[in-house]
Amino acid sequence: MRAAVIVFPGSNCDRDCKVALERSVGARVEMVWHQEVDLPGGLDLVVLPGGFAYGDYLRCGAMAALSPIMAGVRKAAARGVAVAGICNGFQVLCEAGLLPGALLRNAGLKYVCTHVDLEIVNLQTRFTSAFGARRSAVMTVGNGEGNFFADDATLDRLEGEGQVVFRYRKNPNGSARNIAGIVDQSGNVLGLMPHPDRAFETALGSSDGAMVFQSVMQSVMATA
Amino acid sequence: MKAVVHVFLKPGVLDVQGKAVESALNGLGFSAVSNVRVGRAITLDFAGDDVPAAKAEVATMCERLLANPVIESYRVEVET
Repeated sequence: MRAAVIVFPGSNCDRDCKVALERSVGARVEMVWHQEVDLPGGLDLVVLPGGFAYGDYLRCGAMAALSPIMAGVRKAAARGVAVAGICNGFQVLCEAGLLPGALLRNAGLKYVCTHVDLEIVNLQTRFTSAFGARRSAVMTVGNGEGNFFADDATLDRLEGEGQVVFRYRKNPNGSARNIAGIVDQSGNVLGLMPHPDRAFETALGSSDGAMVFQSVMQSVMATA
Repeated sequence: MKAVVHVFLKPGVLDVQGKAVESALNGLGFSAVSNVRVGRAITLDFAGDDVPAAKAEVATMCERLLANPVIESYRVEVET
């Protein structure tokens, strides 16, 4: 599997994502600077990592959403390449309009860094198929603005169409309807606040995150 | 021309910062205070002298970058 990790100024989980992808699925991972206009060819997965792209200036993800590489990310998603935005990457995808909604300041006003128990709401996506029949996963969150917001009509649509993929069992940040992760309508674009890249082997407290990447690999093998 | 853009979270979107400031003000004894909202003001200089055109263009800037229409509303003032 070939993957790219986008590196924005202020990304800080870019190397975590690279290591997670290498160890969990043996992916060949290229780091792509945000000023590049095109992604490398032959990609199966693009990851937008966590961090504070552009120092979260204006709004988290707002400046990064306008980076030159985002045109390439948009094209890749339209071609069917899997795109995953983790934490700050989720915020960037929302700001770029690739995912609906927005991430607000945490309801408790505090930066929250903790393990979270997740319910896997949709096991049929290309990001969750490797969980098999498992309905639960443990990962970690680390964010100050992880409070997912969308208007009620959008939330109803997300729930109705199976686009809610992960939910918090205990909501750490006030997210609407306990939402931790969603996919777009095509199912190719995932955004999630918890970090699979910080939970990909047992030494990290959980290896459940590896299954997100394994799912993508399965989906790539299935179409190969 | 000078433009000022005021950006606030929409009514109905929880403004936790505003809530915290409100309870701090109440704590200082300003008990008449309620509904505190914290927003952001952006000022910019703008070439030309066509105020309505400038207003329209700054509104477009708000839609595309300065505000996030999903969660925020904005108000534009332009003066020569």
